[in-house]
Amino acid sequence: MNAPMKPADLPPRRTPPRRQKVGLAKINLSHGSGGKAMRDLIDDVFLGSFDNPALAPLEDQARFDLAALTAEGDRLAFTTDSYVVDPLVFPGGDIGTLAVCGTVNDLAVSGAKPLYLSCGAIIEEGFPVEDLRRIAASMRRAADAAGVAIVTGDTKVVQRGAADKLFINTAGVGVIRAGLDIAARRAAPGDAILVNGLLGDHGAAILNARGDLALETPVDSDCRPLNGLIDAILAACPEVHCLRDATRGGLATVLNEFAEAAGVSIELEESRLPLREAVKGFCEILGLDPLYLANEGKLVLVLPEPQAAAALEAMRAHPDGRDAAVVGRVTDGPARRVIMSTLFGGQRVVDMLVGDQLPRIC
Amino acid sequence: MKYVDEFRDPEKARTLFRKIESLAAQVARPDGKPLQIMEVCGGHTHSIFRYGLEAMLPETIELVHGPGCPVCVLPMGRVDDCVALAEQPGVIFTTFGDAMRVPGSKKSLMQAKADGADIRMVYSPLDALQLARAHPDREVIFFALGFETTMPSTALTVLEAAAEGIENFAVFCNHITIIPTIKAILDSPDLRVDGFLGPGHVSMVIGNAPYAFIADHYKRPVVVSGFEPLDIVQSIWMLLKQFAEGRCAVENQYGRIVPEAGNNEALAAVAEVFELREFFEWRGLGSIDHSGVRLRPAFAHFDAERKFAVPQVKIADPKACQCGEVLKGVIKPWQCKVFGSACTPEKPLGALMVSSEGACAAYYNYGRFEPSPAAAGAPAEAAGGAP
Repeated sequence: MNAPMKPADLPPRRTPPRRQKVGLAKINLSHGSGGKAMRDLIDDVFLGSFDNPALAPLEDQARFDLAALTAEGDRLAFTTDSYVVDPLVFPGGDIGTLAVCGTVNDLAVSGAKPLYLSCGAIIEEGFPVEDLRRIAASMRRAADAAGVAIVTGDTKVVQRGAADKLFINTAGVGVIRAGLDIAARRAAPGDAILVNGLLGDHGAAILNARGDLALETPVDSDCRPLNGLIDAILAACPEVHCLRDATRGGLATVLNEFAEAAGVSIELEESRLPLREAVKGFCEILGLDPLYLANEGKLVLVLPEPQAAAALEAMRAHPDGRDAAVVGRVTDGPARRVIMSTLFGGQRVVDMLVGDQLPRIC
Repeated sequence: MKYVDEFRDPEKARTLFRKIESLAAQVARPDGKPLQIMEVCGGHTHSIFRYGLEAMLPETIELVHGPGCPVCVLPMGRVDDCVALAEQPGVIFTTFGDAMRVPGSKKSLMQAKADGADIRMVYSPLDALQLARAHPDREVIFFALGFETTMPSTALTVLEAAAEGIENFAVFCNHITIIPTIKAILDSPDLRVDGFLGPGHVSMVIGNAPYAFIADHYKRPVVVSGFEPLDIVQSIWMLLKQFAEGRCAVENQYGRIVPEAGNNEALAAVAEVFELREFFEWRGLGSIDHSGVRLRPAFAHFDAERKFAVPQVKIADPKACQCGEVLKGVIKPWQCKVFGSACTPEKPLGALMVSSEGACAAYYNYGRFEPSPAAAGAPAEAAGGAP
C-alpha cells in the first residue's frame, strides 16, 4: 500500500498552457468567480483579442514609463464612459466599436493624443461566448484604427436579469500636446462653427436597428475614432477654441453647452446643416429633430473665422471629414442662446431637450 | 428631399409674405387690434414655431394657438387612470411616445415605468395588437388618444382584434372630437378670433362640410391647411383674401390630402366602433358636451374602462393655470402668471406646457427669442441679463 502523498512532496504544477479556449457556448456565473473558468474566459476572449505588451504580464494594473508620456505633451487627459447600447450590434458597428471610439474621441477632443484604454465588462449570465469574442475583436479593430492599446481590464458576470446582456466601461488616458488650450469657455464672438460631416446617422441607425419601426432606412452608424481627423485639423489650425464630439443630444446640445460655458450667442444656419436624405426622411416620419440625434463620429469645431477655410480644407482632405461644413458662428447676440435661421427664412431658438426626443402622435 | 423641400421654398415664401403684407394693410380691424387667426391643430403650432413663421408675419396679424394638441388637453385624472391601469398585475400598457411625460396628479407614465409598470411605447395601435398576439398570457392595453386623425386606426385595430377573436387586448379610449370643441371656443364670451386655420389631418378623415357652421353661423372664415410652412403661409393669405373680399367660407388649401367629403372607409370604421360620450373633460377648457367618444357596447370586451377598475377621479386644473385664456387668444403664452416660472417643460403645471405641440411649450422651446431689441427682456431672460 502506498502512503498518501504529502503536499510538500508533490511535483511542481505544470505551467498551464496559455490561450485556453472557453469550451462552453454561454457565459455562466463561474466565469466571473475569479477561478480557472474566469481565467480561461479572459485568456480566450480578451487577451486573445487585445494582445499587447502592457497587458501580457497580467498584473493588476498597467504600468507606463513617465518619460515616454512627457515626450508627447505636457498634460494628461483622463476620461471614462460606460456603454449600454441596445441592440449590441447595429449597422456600422457594435458595442465594442462604440466603447473604444467613444472614449478615444472624448480624449482626442481635448487635443490629447489618446494612448491607453481600460476595458471593464459586465456580462449577464447566459451571454453567448461567440458574441463576446466578436465584440472583443471589434474593440481590437477600433483600437488599432485609433492607434491605442487596451492595457488593463476587468470582467464580472452577473445573474440573469441583473444586467442587460453586456455592459462595457472603458477609461482612457492620453497626453495633451503642449500649447493647446481647447475649452468650451473659449468660444468667442467672431468664431466660426464647423462640423465634420452628416449629422444624426448613429441615432437613426440605432432607432432603426431596434426594429419596432419597420422603416427601411439604410443608415449606418457613423461610429469611428476621430483622433486622426483632429490631428489633421490641429496641424492646419492650432488656434482651435472649442472641440467636442456631438454624441447624445446631438449638435444642438453641444452648441448649447458652448453658449452656456462661454456666455455667448450662437447662430446656426439650417440651410448649411449636412444631413443625409434618409435621415431627413426618417425624422420627418417620426417627428424628430435631427439636431438632437446622436452621433458617434461627428465633432463640432469652433475657431476664429479667418481660419475656417483652412480648417475646412484640412477636414475635407481627411476621409472622416469629407462632408465637413461651416454651419454657424458665434456672435454677441443674446447670451447663452442658440438661434437658428430656418430654411424658410424665420428664426427660432434651439434649446436643450428636457428628456429624450419622443415621437409625436400624428 | 422630394415632396418636402418643395413646401419649404424660401423664394415662394417671400412672394407670399409680400402678398400677405399688402393684404393685411387693407383688412385692418376697426378697433386697431391685430387680426387674430387661430390654428386649431397642434401640428400647425409645431410647424409655426419650428420654422419661425410668427415673427415673419406683419404685426397686424396675431396667431392664436388653439386646442388641437391631444396630449395637452388630456386631464390629469385620465393620466392617473392610465397609471392605475398600467400598474395592474399582468398588464402591458402601450402608448404613443409623447404621452409618456404628461404629468398625472401623482406621477406620469414615465415615472410609473420606473416604478416597475410594464409600459411600452408604440407607433401604432397595430403594434399594441401585435404585442397582445405575442403575449397571450398578458393583458395588453392601448392608450388610444387623439382627434379624428388617429381614431380610424384605433377603430380598425379593434375590428381586427374582434375578427381574430383576440381576448387579451383592450383600448383605454380617450379619443376626442374637434367640432364640439371649436363650437365651445366660439361660444365663449371673451373670444375675438377672426378666422381659423382648419386641421388638415382631421379633415382628411371628416372632410370639410363639418366646418360649415363656423362660416355660416359664427361668420368666421376657415381655411383647412397642410402642415408644411408654405401650406400655412398660403392658408393665412387665403384667409386674408376672404377678409379683403368680404367673404366668409370654408376653403381647402390642403387639397392634395383632404377630399371634400373626407374618407368614407375611415368614417365607417369609426362609426362602427365608437359612440359619442355625453361629455368629456378637457384640461384647460373644462367639460365639453359630446366632445369625446367611447367604444360601443358591442365592443365592450375591448374597453379597458369596462374590463378593469379605473378610478376615474376628476382632478381640477391647478388654479394658477391660465391655459384656457391662452387657448382662446385672450392672453399670449408668456403673459400667463406662471409661464417659465412655476410652469416649464421640465415641470409643466398647465396643459399647454406638456407636449412640444402645446403653445406654451412651443413658445418656451422655440419662441423665447424675438429679433427686435425691445424683446431682449422677454420673461425667461429677465434675470439672465442679456447684453
